[in-house]
Amino acid sequence: MIEVRFHGRGGQGVVIASEVLAKAAFKMGFEVSSFPFFGVERRGAPVTAYARIDKNPIRIKSSIYEPDYIVVLDSTLLKGVDLLEGLKPGGKVLINYPDDKTLPEISDRFQYYTLDATAIAATHGIGSKMTPIVNTAIMGGFAKMSDWVSIEAMLEIIREVAPVKKDENVEAAREAYERTREVAV
Amino acid sequence: MRQVMTGNYASAYGAKLSRAEVIAAYPITPQTSIVEKLAELVSTGELKAKFISVESEHSAMAACISASIVGARTYTATSSHGLTLMHEVLMWASGARLPIVITNVSRAMAPPWSVWADHMDSIAQRDTGWLQFFCSSNQEVLDTTIMAYKICESRNVMLPAMVIEDAFILSHTSEPVDMPEQEAVDSFLPSFSPELKVEIGKPMGFGSLVKPDQYMEFRYKAMLAMKAARERILRVEKEFKQVFGREYGGLLENYRCDDAEVVLVAAGSTAATAKDVVDSLREKGQKVGLARLRVFRPFPHEEFRALASKVAGIAVLDRSYTFGVSGAFFTEIKGSIYDCPKRPAMKNYIAGLGGRDITPKILEKIFDDIQLFVKRREETDVEWVDVAGLPRRWH
Amino acid sequence: MTKSYEEIPLTPISNTPSTMNMTGLWRAFRPIVDISKCKRCTICWKFCPDAAIKLVDFVPVIDLKYCKGCGICSAECPAKCIEMIKEGIE
Repeated sequence: MIEVRFHGRGGQGVVIASEVLAKAAFKMGFEVSSFPFFGVERRGAPVTAYARIDKNPIRIKSSIYEPDYIVVLDSTLLKGVDLLEGLKPGGKVLINYPDDKTLPEISDRFQYYTLDATAIAATHGIGSKMTPIVNTAIMGGFAKMSDWVSIEAMLEIIREVAPVKKDENVEAAREAYERTREVAV
Repeated sequence: MRQVMTGNYASAYGAKLSRAEVIAAYPITPQTSIVEKLAELVSTGELKAKFISVESEHSAMAACISASIVGARTYTATSSHGLTLMHEVLMWASGARLPIVITNVSRAMAPPWSVWADHMDSIAQRDTGWLQFFCSSNQEVLDTTIMAYKICESRNVMLPAMVIEDAFILSHTSEPVDMPEQEAVDSFLPSFSPELKVEIGKPMGFGSLVKPDQYMEFRYKAMLAMKAARERILRVEKEFKQVFGREYGGLLENYRCDDAEVVLVAAGSTAATAKDVVDSLREKGQKVGLARLRVFRPFPHEEFRALASKVAGIAVLDRSYTFGVSGAFFTEIKGSIYDCPKRPAMKNYIAGLGGRDITPKILEKIFDDIQLFVKRREETDVEWVDVAGLPRRWH
Repeated sequence: MTKSYEEIPLTPISNTPSTMNMTGLWRAFRPIVDISKCKRCTICWKFCPDAAIKLVDFVPVIDLKYCKGCGICSAECPAKCIEMIKEGIE
């Protein structure tokens, strides 16, 4: 079973990102489950969501403590709580991070991927200029980082799920897929 | 067709596929997306129903009662404080013998304020005369909603039912759900036509005053109906399996219990996790099983008595607590098996209140503990699990 | 007489509307309206809990089939034009 944890802030589409991953994996024939840790948070507050992907039906309903992947939609969260807590050794981390900056000092036990999802979402006019909605771009990046979910499945689900600006969201995810790169730390 | 959806959407589609004709609801976390989805389905015309926005849950149930009295198939959904605000009218619905179906997204009662999973709200309604189904997956939520109408509307039952899904753990978790075809549901579930209903030109008062000389006879009839519901639940599930290919194990689903030495009794989402735990402990050679309490009303007395004769120990997990006694499942199971010739050791575990996560590790420890308890009974038979400050470590 | 549980419906049903219930028979006091003092404010009509007051030109006419004689109209009338008298005394 593959387990994924998402970190972001209310309004960025963290919960939808976890659903998009689940639906894309389901499209590829996997069994899936995705869920938010839903508090009573408002826009801007840290939000966590989770996804499980497996070949067999998923019965477990408890939370995820030792994920294989971590996705960070908002790099300002890197300064706060330990975002990498519980990540399995060799686990992969995808961070929405500006292209022109280098990652701060971070544990070398994991593999890191970055992409400037904020810039990509802004270019494609997704969300407002001040608060672009980065979830579709970041999921394009996820397809690049993982070797088991295809960009085609991801784009198909994004088109299905995006309530408005379907083409823009799909294009943002496609561009993000191209621009996601592994970074050495 | 299988598609990925939340427990709340599974509830909404369950009501839609059942062709609910009147929906009266008041939104509350974490039930809100059920009401939103149904409002959307009604506004787009996908569901032909009257949607009534009301000012409280008490009014929601009052509207459902009126709609049911005129012979409409009726649905609502609520949670925690919404359900307890309905308490008075829940009694009215069952007393007037109206087969209303509601989804309760089971959530803790405040204070302390909490929006997370806990069964206290549902358990507090156990005496209202409603059937109660605890679900363990989104698929079961959808299927049970459809089955509930067929069970409740049958002539010898005519009682309302509560379909219970755990707050967030089911309500907001997306997982694959096989959505039945409308035509298949239509042929499984005929339209609602009660023997007695208020019609234009035929005025009638439902549930009017009776004097002490006649009251007990009406309650006696309701008691018989709840008894009849037992057979009806089993029969409807059998029919459901023939049409849709899925089944849920009746009132008490026995999972790997046949040669089990100890079993865990759990309801709702915890029971799904517990199946994984049973499988992994079985691989290690432990003779353990799960008895999933699916129907709490009517209570599965016979099933528990059969189970008691086979096992040495029963661990009962309650996700609620009845102050001054113990967990409600625990006392009722004990009561059921009191006069069994062979009575297993029983211990109550209070866990997961207010959404505290019930992990596989905790369930493994409960299985360890009940196996020890069978050999060496302790003084206390009610243990609170994973409470900071208590000596036992659960992680 | 108590009927067997087998002979009764699922829930008690009344087949007659509540208007068949002649609540006027309960009355111990009867309201008498002094039309000459009435200001036509209709407060009595609004307050009557049994809707037993009809208005004719904004003046109350008591429907004695249903008036229980509760006296609320008399108590609320600002012009003090409704008097409650004991039933049976004309």
